[in-house]
Amino acid sequence: MKPSAPHPETWLRVTGKGLYCVPGDFYVDPAWPVERAVVTHGHADHARPNNRKVLATPETLAIMTARYGEQAGGEHQALRYGERVVLGDVTVSFAPAGHVLGSAQAVLEWRGSRVVVSGDYKRRRDPTCAGFEPVACDVFITEATFGLPVFRHPPAEEEVGKLLRSRALFPERTHVVGVYALGKAQRLIRILREAGCDEPIYIHGALQGLCALYESLGVPLGELRPASAAAKAEMVGALVLAPPSAIADRWARRLHDPVTAMASGWMRVRQRAKQRGVELPLVVSDHADWDELTQTLEDVGAPEIWVTHGSEEALVHHARARGFRARALALVGRGEEEQEGAA
Amino acid sequence: MKAFSALLDRLIFMPSRNGKLRLIADYFARTPDPDRGWALAALTGGLDFKGAKPAVVRALVEERVDPVLFRWSYDFVGDLAETLALIWPEEPGANRAPELNEVVSALLNAKRPEIPGLIAGWLDALDATDRWALLKLITGGLRVGVSARLAKTALAEFGGRPVADIEELWHGLEPPYGPLFAWLEGKGPRPLIDDRAAFRPLMLATPLDDQALESLRVEAYRYEWKWDGIRVQAVARQGARRLFSRTGDDIGRAFPELLEAMEFDAVLDGELLVARDGEVAPFNDLQQRLGRKTVTARMLADYPAHVRLYDILFERGEDLRALPFVARRERLEAWYAEARPQRMDLSELIRVSDVTALKGLRETARANSIEGLMLKRADSPYLSGRPKGPWYKWKRDALTLDTVLMYAQRGHGRRSSFYSDYTFGAWTEESELVPVGKAYSGFSDDELKRLDKWVRDNTVERFGPVRAVRPGLIVEVAFDAVHPSTRHKSGLAMRFPRVHRIRWDKPVEEADRVETLRAMVEGGAG
Ligand SMILES: [Zn+2]
Ligand SMILES: [Zn+2]
Repeated sequence: MKPSAPHPETWLRVTGKGLYCVPGDFYVDPAWPVERAVVTHGHADHARPNNRKVLATPETLAIMTARYGEQAGGEHQALRYGERVVLGDVTVSFAPAGHVLGSAQAVLEWRGSRVVVSGDYKRRRDPTCAGFEPVACDVFITEATFGLPVFRHPPAEEEVGKLLRSRALFPERTHVVGVYALGKAQRLIRILREAGCDEPIYIHGALQGLCALYESLGVPLGELRPASAAAKAEMVGALVLAPPSAIADRWARRLHDPVTAMASGWMRVRQRAKQRGVELPLVVSDHADWDELTQTLEDVGAPEIWVTHGSEEALVHHARARGFRARALALVGRGEEEQEGAA
Repeated sequence: MKAFSALLDRLIFMPSRNGKLRLIADYFARTPDPDRGWALAALTGGLDFKGAKPAVVRALVEERVDPVLFRWSYDFVGDLAETLALIWPEEPGANRAPELNEVVSALLNAKRPEIPGLIAGWLDALDATDRWALLKLITGGLRVGVSARLAKTALAEFGGRPVADIEELWHGLEPPYGPLFAWLEGKGPRPLIDDRAAFRPLMLATPLDDQALESLRVEAYRYEWKWDGIRVQAVARQGARRLFSRTGDDIGRAFPELLEAMEFDAVLDGELLVARDGEVAPFNDLQQRLGRKTVTARMLADYPAHVRLYDILFERGEDLRALPFVARRERLEAWYAEARPQRMDLSELIRVSDVTALKGLRETARANSIEGLMLKRADSPYLSGRPKGPWYKWKRDALTLDTVLMYAQRGHGRRSSFYSDYTFGAWTEESELVPVGKAYSGFSDDELKRLDKWVRDNTVERFGPVRAVRPGLIVEVAFDAVHPSTRHKSGLAMRFPRVHRIRWDKPVEEADRVETLRAMVEGGAG
């Protein structure tokens, strides 16, 4: 930032609707319908229905259309990674965030001052989306869903290995994995395929639309079958993916003596897994863990960090100890997907 | 270490007994010696590492982790061992991850000051799940929902043998159990144990329920008092003398006067008591003698130990266990008449003519310092374990007291996010509450959730993991007995208190008084 450049505090504001960019007259991931929204990715706590104008990556727009249909927003404007557009006085571009298909960090520039709103991100390999790219900036806005040093996700491939070993040991039982419908489901399926699992995978109805969309956007998922149409005998030893809420529901009665698994970063804490009645916790997350968060602060190199979305205090504490200026940013409506076990 | 930690990690989440058996048996089948033997020892509670306590690990972590981050993390996770395992800063490529055998052997041979360094080296080389398993292993008590009996059952399934075969050998074997595994896999002979002083699994009774009582054929059984002490097995043969607890722990060292009295060649089943001139003292007196490493002359004089004999299993090397109860009883009486051991007597048989008389007898049990009645089928052989039918125990009714919840503490393991350990009190003459006991069982999972919420909603003060609550909830506590105690402010201590009922409806003023509890002390003392 040039000495003459305005500090981001002077042109970005937290309002009741979300993070507002004053000179651009737009919101990033607003919690309520607004005139103009810049959306980082398709999760429901970031992409809301009924905005008048939406700027997002083509994949994110496709996801919003698949989820919200008529209510996906009035005017859609697609912006690919690396392209630039000017809104008001502000230049906006997207860099990959590595979170889910189409997920982006919003890079905002005004009068020589640059802010990166990273949305949700991770640094691990994900065969279903482009990897995170650090962008130098004056203020980096980071999530902190797993912002405590107890959160260190093991390699997702190892966790999938656990699932496959359990199937070998309990071959007659249905293995049902609780997954969030957007991102986690498709990533898990891809990793299963890479591990050589080429049998049909049964999916809950809530996953079908997004799986089909991923396929149409060039992410092959192999043979998927609707779980609801399967005969009970087919469920013996089957592998089933479903939203976490369905597993504890009547829907699960069709399963054969199920092993209940859950793929989420929260599964790292055994007590949480036990409380949810999970028999096979799989620590697989689409959010950065503690090491990724702290490494990202170093990689991006911004002198100032704003933290949102989770354990803000701990990451702020760490960032300050490392010599960054840091503060928590209270944004409304964040983190709902994590509650559903998506994280 | 990997296979062992993966096993623990699955066991802790596995709700079904069959699932646990399969996991353990599969582990035994896939894991080489001696690792699987050490795992078996850990699962059966047979490993104890001195000097490797949670505080050692905590100190190591505090050298490496920001204290503020550690505190927030511990608050979030709730369980110390798990927090330590998760937060340990990784050292990629630090060392080679150790095998279970290396860890166990090193700890068994290490001198105390070497232990922290050893642990730190391993923690650097392991991943989070392995670190968690390591901490569980070295700090004792795996708490993964597996009893020693279940582990042995899995071992029996793995070897295709009845679990009684394992129990029979068990106390003559040492970890890591190489010969035992070889035998179970058909690769070696049945292990030869020093059976001079081997423990023989006890025969246990099942509770008498109403159905069994109604259909009871009174003349088919023999009746004894259930004495209020601890079950023991006295083994003496060819110079070897042992006193075993019910679970096969050798407790002889704490009772030298009994070992001295065992000048015979027999295996006997009986109840360990404190008795003065043939008069049985309350259980509280026996408690003074339990768990002591050294015994003073004063202890021996004040709390003289005694064994009341129930049964005879071996006499001069002859195995009597297949004989019917009445025949063993005859042998026991004849043996006793001849041997006349010091500090031992026979548990008398009681005549019972019908069910009404039996019920009447049970009513008198409390007055006689007795826990209840034993019913043993006349034709029952001595079987290991808890077969249903041949032996029944019929305990006297528990005592109960309406108390007021005063404090609640966070539980452990599965319950670490719940306030599940309760301290409750009774009213004094001055209308103050004094604590009279603690309980952490006797309620369902749903009741626990409701209690937890009540505690959180009614907290008046917090001290670490403990919350003080406003007097607002009556808990009806059941307990087996109450004794005078100097350790409690009320001067009284309950035996086996547990939550009987939660009286959500009842106003706390109606809870019982300390006087009421004092009046329940046996023999009117206190
Ligand atoms: Zn997200
Ligand atoms: Zn989010």
